[in-house]
Amino acid sequence: MRHLLSALLVGLLFGAGLALGGMTLPEKIVGFLDVTGDWDPSLLFVMGGAVLSYAALYRRIARREGPLFGASFQVPTNRRIDRRLVVGSLLFGAGWGLGGLCPGPALTSLATGATEVVTFVAAMLGGMFLFRVYEGALARRRAAQLHGWEVKQS
Amino acid sequence: MDWLFSIAGGVLIGAASALLLLFNGRIAGISGIVGGVLSPARGEVLWRAMFVAGLVGAGVLFLQVAPEALPTAREDFGGRSLAMLVAAGLMVGFGTRLGSGCTSGHGVCGIGRLSPRSLVATGSFMLTGLLSVLVARLVMGGAA
Repeated sequence: MRHLLSALLVGLLFGAGLALGGMTLPEKIVGFLDVTGDWDPSLLFVMGGAVLSYAALYRRIARREGPLFGASFQVPTNRRIDRRLVVGSLLFGAGWGLGGLCPGPALTSLATGATEVVTFVAAMLGGMFLFRVYEGALARRRAAQLHGWEVKQS
Repeated sequence: MDWLFSIAGGVLIGAASALLLLFNGRIAGISGIVGGVLSPARGEVLWRAMFVAGLVGAGVLFLQVAPEALPTAREDFGGRSLAMLVAAGLMVGFGTRLGSGCTSGHGVCGIGRLSPRSLVATGSFMLTGLLSVLVARLVMGGAA
């Protein structure tokens, strides 16, 4: 129960940070990415503040045995820089610049009920769903190959 | 004065991300948290849903005290058509899942831990972010 309340509280703080920093306004995102125009450094200040405060706190927290309301820390251990990481990030960046929204700010902005935000979030969930379908197809293909079955192309 | 709000917002984001690690032992990666709601595993849905509820809840609160912080009008999207937003959303959704993270998971938490994967990911999405704004500006004639 406590882990649910803490997740809600952290979500609230995170969303408040996004809105306070102006990250919920597509013009701020595009203003940062648009280096040819009237450059807006806001995003740099937000990310700088976030990275530095997280880095300082991370060191202290990671020294603990485990989290307060959970069994253990679940921090990524994968260190492989592969094609998925790069291609996925390149694709994300293109969409980020095109729409002026990334997942966090899009969800916080959902509160406005604006058609643009609802459309973006629905498409984003659709993209995540498509990824699940793609992953499922890949896994089936791999399993079939592993068993020496012929993969029928449809 | 704007930059003070930006830094304060950033520190709040960093502190919230650290608290998620301290309380729940998790990395505050929004795309991963949302993606986990869509592909449910036992014990993995409710806390994620609560976190997302908090994110949206923050928007509801800001709508009361500082609605100008949120995109409420068409102009806030710089003339982007709904078709553009659909394309953007699909790319963001698929891309963040394929690349295992977005601005929060890679850009804040990953770089905060000096993860080489996150450094590469952040460089990659910054690069295409710059390029796509450039292309949008050319296509839309400066309206972007």
